[in-house]
Amino acid sequence: MNFEFSADQMQLKDIARKFLEKEDAVKRARNVLEGEESFDENLWQQIIEMGFTATAIPEEYGGLGLGYLELCVIAEELGRSLAPTPFSSSVYLATEAILNSGDDSLKQNYLPSLANGEKIGSFAHSESNTSPTESNIQCNVSGNALSGKKIAVVDGDISNFFVVSAKNGSNVGLYLVDASSDGVGIERQPTLDPSRSHASVIFENAACHELQSEWSSVTNLLDRAAVLFAFEQLGGAEACMDMAKEYAMGRYAFGRSIASFQAIKHKLADMYIAVELARSNCYYGAWALSTDAPELPTAAATARVSASQAFHECSKENIQTHGGMGFTWEFDCHLYYRRCRQLAANIGSQAIWKDKLISSLERANQI
Amino acid sequence: MDFNDTPEEAKFRKEAYDWLKANAPLKEGPKDSWRAASEEEGLKEVKAWQKKLHDGGWACLHWPKQYGGRESTPIERVIWGQEVSKFKVPGGYLEIGQGMAGPVMMMYATEEQKERYLPPLATGEEIWCQLFSEPAAGSDVAGIKTKAELDGDTWTINGQKVWTSGAHFSDYGILVTRSDPTVAKHKGLTFFFVDMKSPGIEVKPIKQISGGANFNEVYFTDVKIPDSQRLGAIGDGWKVSLTTLMNERLAVGDASGPDFEEAFSLARGQDLNGKLAIENDAVREKLADWYCQQSGLKYAKYRNISALSRGETPGPQSSITKIVSGNKLQEIANFGLDMLDSAGILRTDEEGADQSMYQYGFYGAAGIRIAGGTDEILKNIISEQVLGMPQDMRADKGLPFNEIPTGNK
Repeated sequence: MNFEFSADQMQLKDIARKFLEKEDAVKRARNVLEGEESFDENLWQQIIEMGFTATAIPEEYGGLGLGYLELCVIAEELGRSLAPTPFSSSVYLATEAILNSGDDSLKQNYLPSLANGEKIGSFAHSESNTSPTESNIQCNVSGNALSGKKIAVVDGDISNFFVVSAKNGSNVGLYLVDASSDGVGIERQPTLDPSRSHASVIFENAACHELQSEWSSVTNLLDRAAVLFAFEQLGGAEACMDMAKEYAMGRYAFGRSIASFQAIKHKLADMYIAVELARSNCYYGAWALSTDAPELPTAAATARVSASQAFHECSKENIQTHGGMGFTWEFDCHLYYRRCRQLAANIGSQAIWKDKLISSLERANQI
Repeated sequence: MDFNDTPEEAKFRKEAYDWLKANAPLKEGPKDSWRAASEEEGLKEVKAWQKKLHDGGWACLHWPKQYGGRESTPIERVIWGQEVSKFKVPGGYLEIGQGMAGPVMMMYATEEQKERYLPPLATGEEIWCQLFSEPAAGSDVAGIKTKAELDGDTWTINGQKVWTSGAHFSDYGILVTRSDPTVAKHKGLTFFFVDMKSPGIEVKPIKQISGGANFNEVYFTDVKIPDSQRLGAIGDGWKVSLTTLMNERLAVGDASGPDFEEAFSLARGQDLNGKLAIENDAVREKLADWYCQQSGLKYAKYRNISALSRGETPGPQSSITKIVSGNKLQEIANFGLDMLDSAGILRTDEEGADQSMYQYGFYGAAGIRIAGGTDEILKNIISEQVLGMPQDMRADKGLPFNEIPTGNK
């Protein structure tokens, strides 16, 4: 059995980790949070130069032609370091939507510039304060024109194009709209995690191009992205566990290190348990994603739910372990607490993913 | 990343499967497992099967061949375990002897003793038990009080052990005693093996919350043990005990009982307020949580097996298995009974009935969360040995043992 990343993949992970540490990505996340910029452009350029955006794009479209396992290890390190860039929107969602489309000329047009970072794409899906479904999506396509409003589009204000879920007749599918097209109105939206920018996007008869016309293309895109988001969440969770441990080891109260109190030790053990379960489930997701396994919907939901739980557990208990200092602006705990919420919200709520998980098992069981 | 065997592993797997196929019936379904009519019958069947395994060269896989083993690699043990689980074969009774007593004998007994005692463990002819816990020494197992006094080359043992699985049918036991109460807790212990038929040993079953009796109290009254049966130096008993405790933690794994599959299948057929339970969002959410826990443990195990397959030492992820599976079992058992509404309180002894499965889990989980290291002790182990956090401050540190308050004081 070889249920593990290869030596080369682990080396790539190590390179990504050292690079993001050297560039102090966490500090950069704080700068974006406190400043006016939507993302850290310098870090983004360096990530592009490292080839990370080109990882899973085939060589014929200007990519490196590596696989999804490589993308998973990079995602984990981006999550660990809170890297404030549009990587997830552009790579896990926009790039994937185009790769899945089956339209070769579109791939030729977009993939090389996504690989080399000339273009940033994002996914415009949510419309209101409920989960977008095949029946409640209002954005609609008529002819080649798309109309409607999307909210909380991550990286929406810095995107060159949008992948938009919209209804065409009775089918909901995916459509591509260039941000510079007539009839596209973009407005930044304030959020709980200002280290990642969000926008509302209004389309008024904006020119669009069909990527895929079926609802299954939306769920497939979300399933594939869920594995990669889960790795970011896993990295964030582990970072919080490590922070909590380091702080507890060096903090003295009642004459001794607070890391020697069982109340703290058991808290850390609970974090460890959550992280190990999430890691193992993420590996399962990575395997399913990289092999296009029929189990992908189950594996993706399992990874997503498990990693969301781990990040939630670790980011809140990290603050708790830090005591009052954990509640200050000065300490980094809140950066992770915010990012945890941002990643949990990004591709749909925990309740929805749990429901998807059970639905996928019901379907598997019927066959 | 894949789940495939290496060519050597595949060859070993085939060899194991072929032998099993020739010697045992395949299970007809996942729930088709071996069950003995009585303890006496079970013992007989287990011993006969172990003899067969030994004659076929499949006993105590990792032991040296000279003591009846096969000298298999760790990954071969895993593969054997996977293959044997497909067959309806007897099990139980021998784990403590082969898994805990055997390794400690191999490390500390004389060559002559090894040749006398190890082969009958491998063939299943002799059964061993472990005499560690005491009424005042559970999680704090170094706090034992059973007294050992040396006179000439004979030790006299007085005291009481508790939670001893299989003491009533064991031939021998490994025993930890206090030989010097005037020194610090961990320093005054001495380790022996003892003939369970020695005069002065009395075994009394403990009635558990399930009504069954898998464990015993064992009383020692002036039991004589020759000094030649001491394992390790006088006063080194804690060090010797750690060898077996480490093996115990590896041995106590996944909690057995209803798991996600059972709860899922129950929910899909069970009425809840006029609809199928599976249509209830609260039920779906719980099921999703249990699936994620079960799946996380499964793939953590695969990560371990992968490490073994590469000849590496597995990571510490297996330390979470018992905590997660014990708590999951307790929740699933409670869910299964809750689904039956008021009728969930009614006892049934009907074999194979869902209700009895959940009832067994309801009792069993409470025990699993304690046996072989409580949840709390395991969390201490994770935080100290995996995460490297410091030990708690100990009120008894450095005190002579006879000045330390213990038990229910």
